Amino acid sequence: MPKDHGIGASPKRREDIRFLTGNGNYTDDMNIAGQAYIHFLRSDVAHGTINGIDTAAAAAMPGVVKIFTSVDFEGVGGVPCGWEITDRQGNAMQEPKHPILAEGKVRYVGEMIAAVIAETADLARDAAEAIDLDITDLPAVVNMRAALVDGSPKVHDDLTSNLCYDWGFVEENRDAVDAAIKGAAHVTTLELVNNRLIANPMEPRVCIGDYDRSSGDSTLFTTSQNPHVVRLLMGAFVLGIPEHKLRVVSPDVGGGFGTKIFHYAEEAFSTFAAKVCNRAVKWTSSRSEAFMSDAHGRDHVTKIELALDGDNNFVAVRTDTHANMGAYLSTFAPAVPTWLHGTLMAGNYKTPLIYVNVKAVFTNTVPVDAYRGAGRPEATFQLERVIDKAAIELGVDPIALRRQNFVTEFPYATPVAVEYDTGDYNATMDKLEQMADFAGFEARRAESEKNGKLRGLGVNTYIEACGIAPSNLVGQLGARAGLYESATVRVNATGGLVVMTGSHSHGQGHETSFPQVIAEMIGIDESMIEIVHGDTAKVPMGMGTYGSRSLAVGGSAMVRATEKIINKAKKIAAHLMEASDADIELKDGTFSVAGTDKSVAWGDVTLAAYVPHNYPLEDIEPGLEETAFYDPANFTYPAGAYACEVEVDKETGQVTIERMMAADDFGNIVNPMIVDGQVHGGLAQGIGQALLEGCIYDDDGQLLSASFMDYAMPRADDLPNFEVDHSCQTPCTHNPLGVKGCGEAGAIGSPPSVVNAVVNALRSGGADVTHVDMPLSPSRVWEAMQS
Amino acid sequence: MTEVSMTVNGVSVGGSVEGRTLLSSFLREQLGLTGTHVGCDTSQCGACVVHVNGDAVKSCTILAVEANGAEVATIEGQAAEDGTLSVVQQAFQDHHGLQCGFCTPGMVMSTLALLKDNPKPSEAEVRKYLEGNICRCTGYHNIVRAIMAASGQDVAIAAE
Ligand code: FES
Ligand code: FES
Repeated sequence: MPKDHGIGASPKRREDIRFLTGNGNYTDDMNIAGQAYIHFLRSDVAHGTINGIDTAAAAAMPGVVKIFTSVDFEGVGGVPCGWEITDRQGNAMQEPKHPILAEGKVRYVGEMIAAVIAETADLARDAAEAIDLDITDLPAVVNMRAALVDGSPKVHDDLTSNLCYDWGFVEENRDAVDAAIKGAAHVTTLELVNNRLIANPMEPRVCIGDYDRSSGDSTLFTTSQNPHVVRLLMGAFVLGIPEHKLRVVSPDVGGGFGTKIFHYAEEAFSTFAAKVCNRAVKWTSSRSEAFMSDAHGRDHVTKIELALDGDNNFVAVRTDTHANMGAYLSTFAPAVPTWLHGTLMAGNYKTPLIYVNVKAVFTNTVPVDAYRGAGRPEATFQLERVIDKAAIELGVDPIALRRQNFVTEFPYATPVAVEYDTGDYNATMDKLEQMADFAGFEARRAESEKNGKLRGLGVNTYIEACGIAPSNLVGQLGARAGLYESATVRVNATGGLVVMTGSHSHGQGHETSFPQVIAEMIGIDESMIEIVHGDTAKVPMGMGTYGSRSLAVGGSAMVRATEKIINKAKKIAAHLMEASDADIELKDGTFSVAGTDKSVAWGDVTLAAYVPHNYPLEDIEPGLEETAFYDPANFTYPAGAYACEVEVDKETGQVTIERMMAADDFGNIVNPMIVDGQVHGGLAQGIGQALLEGCIYDDDGQLLSASFMDYAMPRADDLPNFEVDHSCQTPCTHNPLGVKGCGEAGAIGSPPSVVNAVVNALRSGGADVTHVDMPLSPSRVWEAMQS
Repeated sequence: MTEVSMTVNGVSVGGSVEGRTLLSSFLREQLGLTGTHVGCDTSQCGACVVHVNGDAVKSCTILAVEANGAEVATIEGQAAEDGTLSVVQQAFQDHHGLQCGFCTPGMVMSTLALLKDNPKPSEAEVRKYLEGNICRCTGYHNIVRAIMAASGQDVAIAAE
């Protein structure tokens, strides 16, 4: 019998009511009396020298309030980067200034050059068209390898080259890895591209800056996944506004997927301009602007080598990756190809020696940063592809080869600096085998063959590091912030609770799932609990939502704060019942004295906390509100096994996903319905990367995939029904809920199984092919079929 | 500026608009009906779908002046007076057919149009019909199930 309440139940989502009736409160739905509108004039060349910006004609146009260029930002900081990488020589990465509006040069198509504030959005746009730009084109550099060649055009004149850093991990292992590869019985080498993607949450970014001259308070409404981080970065590093004079609000946010984590120049601009103009100013990104201004994702070019001994045991892995940073460093950009990628190169396997080299490169393209999975999909893809290739070369079963090399004992310290606390990779693979009916595959293949189709089966595993933290570790790794989470639980006199969390929900359903946890702890109904998030004026501090961390880190903070509440409430109950604290039990919202029939209800205790007529005033203060900051001891390590079955049309190369299966281990589950939904969404994005999506620049740095007409978003028709399971559960050992996180798994786990399946299909048709680069467009597949 | 008047969710409304004002902007900015969303500028995403004279229309593809005199229905008009969700809305909630909710108004309005023409669509027909509505969150799996359920066809509940 499924639970209908508390942890493990799937209550209907309470936030759905407002979204289904048109009552959501997204940033663009908000308007402030007297607001003006912003239009940004963006560069249409990838690289050029700005000789002059003539705004005179534009400024004279109707409705124009003010026009800003970089001269208005003298003395204002650039957009900061939140992570510093130390290179192989022990030097800090090269870090260029990231101005709010272009200074002297433009470095990518879409970079902001000027901004018009006008009475309406249309008038602002009209005036921007009247700005006269004098820009001398410079040669652009788009290709990462070309960018590192001596004599290449430089993206930043004040840096020594286009190399941001050359990172080795673990550097001390380098020689041992080289030697192991030299001496191995078999080495499989694979070169591949992890295609550049655009996150495209359906809600484009929006900012509203506001300023109150009488109080000197600034407010920014923004479509952010982490308003507190925006407040800190923008307040402290860009505009010089202390936290108590700056409020950042992220109301309902229409999807993020990573690209709304970062602090963007548009946010700082809006906050700054509101003060200068002394009125609210609003910017709503068009989708076309989003394509050229939201941080992009992935974009790695990799060579991976897998060395095996004579018994097919993995003995070493060596990788060489070029990672595109774009023209400037976005908030987390340097961490993605390093700490979120190199540390995952052990995968689910006990490979003893691993060396990862990453060269991060500046190019004349939009900044690249975290997109759903961030570094971990890139690690999983290369590892799971090279294993399949090795299986082909060695003539062994790809699943048996994986199983033979699985980590089976926990905790397991990898050679790439992380320790997996729990897992059972054979269990998820067993589950997958059950779901996928591998035994029936040949019959299904024969059926496809009758219809002129090739059928392929691809399998892979994945592991990810989620719940990003602990602070002392990430601090050593170059993070410039802590990565805890905070929660304040306020119990009102009549027993209802308000929980203020630093996590941010932009589709994850926290307003429903978080109360399930607290309801379970106290034994009260979820309807007594309200979640407040997304407003720095209401929530003390927060690190936001990304890296599948909300429940593992934010949820744990809530548990800690609730534990403090329960402890204090037990003291009050003990006083009311004239018993000792130690004898008080809390069950189903009632406090009782062990071994007696004495009890008081939750509401009696909460009322006593605020009406302390009969109260242990000498021991404890009145009131019932507690805050906890939770800083985890380790990452969490969700893992799983995925399978995909495809059909490939022999005539056209068109790939159809027939089945997509995911067996995940997320540890304990709070809301199975929401977990299923998270996996579905991740699978769709992973299949999108594998089959459809690709961000394309031409050699001059023009973005060719600049709208939904040119960038193929997965549609309902492109996807199958998904088969997902999360019954294998090895609870995380170091957080109070035993949860691991589920938000990114689908996007990490699915691309390799799709490509493995297509390669399998093509080989069954006689093609001598071991890899096809994503996205697997019909033309690429057709070409591969001819080999 | 041109004066327009129309009926929106059964209420007569009017306003003065520029020739270039889209119906989506008129609804959102002049009438404050912000349930209709704008997710693109190339008529691709379907977040803005409303009904005009009974047909599903992307409100970013027509001008407010073109809707002069029309009967317009938006997401705000779908629940009952007392707040009870319509069958389609309720099915979306029951089957977890929404996450961030941004695509949802367009999905619901498109679904209503689909079920009017084809009251018992097959799953393939549902997927085909949704070609003009992009959702980035759900992978469509639960949207399709919600629509099947709304059409009275059997589907298991979302958590199973
Ligand atoms: S906003 Fe109308 S189709 Fe995208
Ligand atoms: S629910 Fe977020 S785009 Fe569909």
